Amino acid sequence: MRDVYVVGAGLTPVGNHWRLGIRDLAVQASIKAMEAADNPKIDYIVVANALSGIVDGQENLGALISDYLGMIGTPSLKVEAAGASGAAAAVTAAGLIKSGMADNVLLVGVEKMTDYTALEDSNMALSTSIEREYEAFFGATLESLHAMVMRSYMRKYNVEEEAFAAVPVLMHEHASTNPYAQFKFKLKRESYMRSPYLAEPLKLLDAPSIGDGAAAVILSVSPNSPGGAVRVSSWGQATDHVSLYMRKSVTEFPAVRLAVKRALERADLKLSDISFYKIHDSSSVAALIEIEEMGLTERGKAIELVDSEDSRRNGSTPINPDGGLKARGHPLGATGVYQIAETYLQLTDKAEGTQVSGARRALLLSAGGLASNVVVHVLERV
Amino acid sequence: MWAYWLSVPEHWREIPARYRLEGGQCEDCGFKMIPKRDVCPRCGSKNVKTVKLPRRGRVLEYTKVWNPPRGYEYYTPYVIALVELEDGTRLTAQLTDVDPDEVEEGMEVEMVLRKVRVSGESGLIAYAYKFRPLLK
Repeated sequence: MRDVYVVGAGLTPVGNHWRLGIRDLAVQASIKAMEAADNPKIDYIVVANALSGIVDGQENLGALISDYLGMIGTPSLKVEAAGASGAAAAVTAAGLIKSGMADNVLLVGVEKMTDYTALEDSNMALSTSIEREYEAFFGATLESLHAMVMRSYMRKYNVEEEAFAAVPVLMHEHASTNPYAQFKFKLKRESYMRSPYLAEPLKLLDAPSIGDGAAAVILSVSPNSPGGAVRVSSWGQATDHVSLYMRKSVTEFPAVRLAVKRALERADLKLSDISFYKIHDSSSVAALIEIEEMGLTERGKAIELVDSEDSRRNGSTPINPDGGLKARGHPLGATGVYQIAETYLQLTDKAEGTQVSGARRALLLSAGGLASNVVVHVLERV
Repeated sequence: MWAYWLSVPEHWREIPARYRLEGGQCEDCGFKMIPKRDVCPRCGSKNVKTVKLPRRGRVLEYTKVWNPPRGYEYYTPYVIALVELEDGTRLTAQLTDVDPDEVEEGMEVEMVLRKVRVSGESGLIAYAYKFRPLLK
């Protein structure tokens, strides 16, 4: 199979883009990415998005975005895998290149979430990633499932609510210097404890906010690019029961374990080969379980790593150097492409404000739903 | 708002499970589930029969929801729980007839039929199971 390289990236800041629609965001990020790669001939467009059918009442995004990019005629499609849409779309896009079906693919992730101005509507939209008929129908939300996982984790490992502050504190610290971040400020532990409950014991500051954004990258069979190239050296994907109640354990994410294992084994890599990690902190407790499932710490011990200097940008195990879902922001279907775009900038020494110095290789984790569809990529410096 | 509106057939076809706790049991490994599936989620067998599940169980895990989706505002704050029925079958349900602050892990509960959601002023009113503390 052919090698795949990331050869250009473009991002919009994550936030409330009241003046920009889904088309505008996707077009802005795509043009930036294509210009960064010196405008190669694009053979395919792959759009990553999770909620356009619900929030925007717009599907057929593949055709819509090729149309608004002035690229009518170019084959284009949308890939959806809830919060992992971006990463799943990257698997699809890379597959087109590996198989020889395309030489250059525009991968663009976009999500417009703020057009629902009432939280009740956003909750309903976000809860389409859990099982509608036997979870959401009864009033369960994605947050409420995270909350039950959190309470279980607290009981199992004897952890206090206050301790979870370590996760948003780390994410906000890293996002505070990221020009594309939704929340460019540091967070105090006291603020965490003062934040209201979404679903007890899960608090407002445990979870990402609603935000709009688009990120795009150019994937290519050729590493020749004015901005440099980064190799997509491996990937792994795994699924789990969508419903929490069907799972054997409430405090484990076996799909994370499996996807990471598959990605590392496929490229014959070990965790010690990785310079930094991008995890899918869709809640504080989810971040901790992911760290444990990856094998970075023992079970119940991830808070110690997140609390330490090791997880910082200049530490031994940097986690989400760009601020993660919590603070960079989580424009759902676009998030996986943000991870790839940011990592491209990191591994070509262009990550303004967030550079991890000397980083060679990164592991990117994206988890849709309650970690029911997990995608991992490994990117490395060429 | 597509995900919010409940259509009549969509609710109607789930009535055996939602009104009467009809689930499935794998005839090969014995695993029980709700709703019934064509394929056993534990052993992969396609021999799954319909069974009536017990109405009593206990709370395995719970959360008090303050931030509801559209259509559930009326009940807020409400408790969502993972319930394990007497035969070991697990499901997700809303608890009712209980002070949310008195819910605890291990609490014994029983199924009752209650109004679960209303789709606006002219939409479907859907009834289904909720669980309340076991009356002794």
